[in-house]
Amino acid sequence: MFRKTTITAVVAIVAASWVTACGSTSNTGAGSATQAAQAGQICGQQSAAQPNYPRTIAKIDGGANTLSGAGSTWIAPVMSVWTKNYSNTDGVQVAYQSIGSGGAVQQIIANTVDYGASDTPMKESELAAAKGGPILHIPLSLGAVVPTYNIKGVKTGLKFDGDTLGKIYAHAITKWNDPALVALNPGVTLPDQSIAVAHRSDGSGTTAVWTDFLTKESPTWVQTLGGTDRSFGKDIAWPTGIGGKGNEGVSGVVNQTDGAIGYVELQYALAQNLPYGLVKNKAGNFIQACPATITAGTQGLSYPPDLRVSLTDGSDPNAYPITGTTYALVYQNQTDTAKAKALVNFVSSVLSTGQNDVGSLNYAPLGKDLQGLCMGQVKKITLNGAPVAS
Amino acid sequence: MTAQTLLAPTDRRSSAGRFSDQLFRWLMAGAALTVIGVLIATTVFLLQQSWPSLTHYGPLSFFHARWAPSEATVTSSKPNPYGILQFIYGTLMTSLVAMLIAVPVSIAVALYITNLSPKRLRGPLSSLVDLLAAIPSVVYGFWGVFALIPALGPIGNGLTSLSGIPVIGWLFQGPFFGYSIFSAGVVLAIMCLPIVTAICREVFDTAPVAEKEAALAIGATKWEMLRVAVLPRSRSGIIGASILGLGRAFGETIAVTMLIGNNVLTIPEGLLRTGATLPSVIANEFTEANQPFHLESLFVVAFGLLVVSLLVNFVGKRIVGRVSEHIA
Repeated sequence: MFRKTTITAVVAIVAASWVTACGSTSNTGAGSATQAAQAGQICGQQSAAQPNYPRTIAKIDGGANTLSGAGSTWIAPVMSVWTKNYSNTDGVQVAYQSIGSGGAVQQIIANTVDYGASDTPMKESELAAAKGGPILHIPLSLGAVVPTYNIKGVKTGLKFDGDTLGKIYAHAITKWNDPALVALNPGVTLPDQSIAVAHRSDGSGTTAVWTDFLTKESPTWVQTLGGTDRSFGKDIAWPTGIGGKGNEGVSGVVNQTDGAIGYVELQYALAQNLPYGLVKNKAGNFIQACPATITAGTQGLSYPPDLRVSLTDGSDPNAYPITGTTYALVYQNQTDTAKAKALVNFVSSVLSTGQNDVGSLNYAPLGKDLQGLCMGQVKKITLNGAPVAS
Repeated sequence: MTAQTLLAPTDRRSSAGRFSDQLFRWLMAGAALTVIGVLIATTVFLLQQSWPSLTHYGPLSFFHARWAPSEATVTSSKPNPYGILQFIYGTLMTSLVAMLIAVPVSIAVALYITNLSPKRLRGPLSSLVDLLAAIPSVVYGFWGVFALIPALGPIGNGLTSLSGIPVIGWLFQGPFFGYSIFSAGVVLAIMCLPIVTAICREVFDTAPVAEKEAALAIGATKWEMLRVAVLPRSRSGIIGASILGLGRAFGETIAVTMLIGNNVLTIPEGLLRTGATLPSVIANEFTEANQPFHLESLFVVAFGLLVVSLLVNFVGKRIVGRVSEHIA
């Protein structure tokens, strides 16, 4: 909001503010005592994070005039910015249908869209079923899932850790004044009130990110669900709670129910002005979700070659721990010359200049190391066996 | 030979007229057959889509009360993670709550419109009630979340104090958070009100004026007149109206999905807890049905809903049909 009014001024000092935000060590995010001390406070300092990645893959001529994509609703708002900018600069119309990640996987398997966008990586069985051969996973931007709540007299910034959240969702903690919550929040008066747990009733990438974090941090959660093969994913056999359809369903439940807790995407919590909590990360700091802390969450991870990896529970001192990404799903070997060129142009613009657009919508830009790996994936795209980009 | 001679007179008509007559008949028959065709095609389609799941798990294994798609695997068929009993329970319970509220209110409204209200109010009142049916269900759901649930808070919390009563106490177990079978039932009641009221109005209107006047002539009060001359002969009409309202309640999807709390894992303990219905689980899950046999099992749910709805409508039509014969 305030970003809009200050954006022109901020452009000039962007680089400076980004460096300030992440400490003196730029984007590598190495832990240090000063950073740990700043943990959780870096959000206010920088809010117009624009990494200004150079476009290392030059525009290829002779691309198609249209592209079609389908998938994640999570990434849809920023996708619409990207497609609009791309049509302005390159004159290519990208039609993106936000039908959900599951739809993206089905459509890319059937080879009916040029790219899919999914909040979870494809499973082995799905990859094996793909009609057009091997599929590349290319993260496009980062996002956070935040715990949001509705307790009379308690403002934003309540502190949680993974085990407590896991116990709440496993119905092992049922009151707001449970000793575990009181211990996490000294100085906050928590009421003797039942916790109304809200979760998604539809299959969702948001749920996948949320439960991935719970699975890593909460043995109680894993035990209640009957093992790690059941305790995370888009569909969960919820042991308790009220199911809401979509982010709006969950936030509706939280808004309307005294004593409720739910989880929504950060963008949604901010747009609806919902109070949301800080979450304890691996380094032991309570972190507020914002673009800088989300990006920090992906620093220093070791990525597998196919980039199909969980981004939750990062070890950086500033890392917000409930972090996920949306993957572009693209066939490695393209068969249509014009489409292949347009696709490479689009994805490389998203990964470079496009990263400057995500912060203003409260998504987070890819960290520098991950962005480099993503560019590497784009270079793997071939046209009938020959590389498209040089 | 005889058939030939019997048909002879019609042959004398102009052949053009005969042709257009035939064409008209075929067109009409075609339209009628299309309706039946669509019904049969839908049923066959649902069965066909649910077939992989039905054969994998066995049709009877769906009759338990735990729906956990995340526990489905491609290979194992036991236990079946797709139990649908709790959805049938939720569908029946929300509809029951709706009927318990809607039927008495509808009868009262219809009696008022047909027998008690000033004549010039009847037209506007009837139209207003009919107008309730014109409100889209998503608007009802939206209104339910933001207006009804806060308003139901005190009522629901009051009902939890009944949980100590033996036998029926379990229906009112707390805690009550708003999203519940009860709340969904209340919204359904409002949605069923117009259809039940409209039919009741028609039925009450058929009560013979002579009998009503006779009752009043021998000194009956208005209420006694209604009780003696109107209500008894309307009983089966009211039942028919309720069953048609029930059909509406069974199939209602989005408003219920927004209010019921979508608990798919168990049969809820009582009315104040979260539940799920046959349509609500389909609305929630079909866009991201990615687990093994997930989509196919949702088709099983849809097939179940189709069977239940057809049964209810069939019975309702039969009862209403009997009533109109009786009146004639």
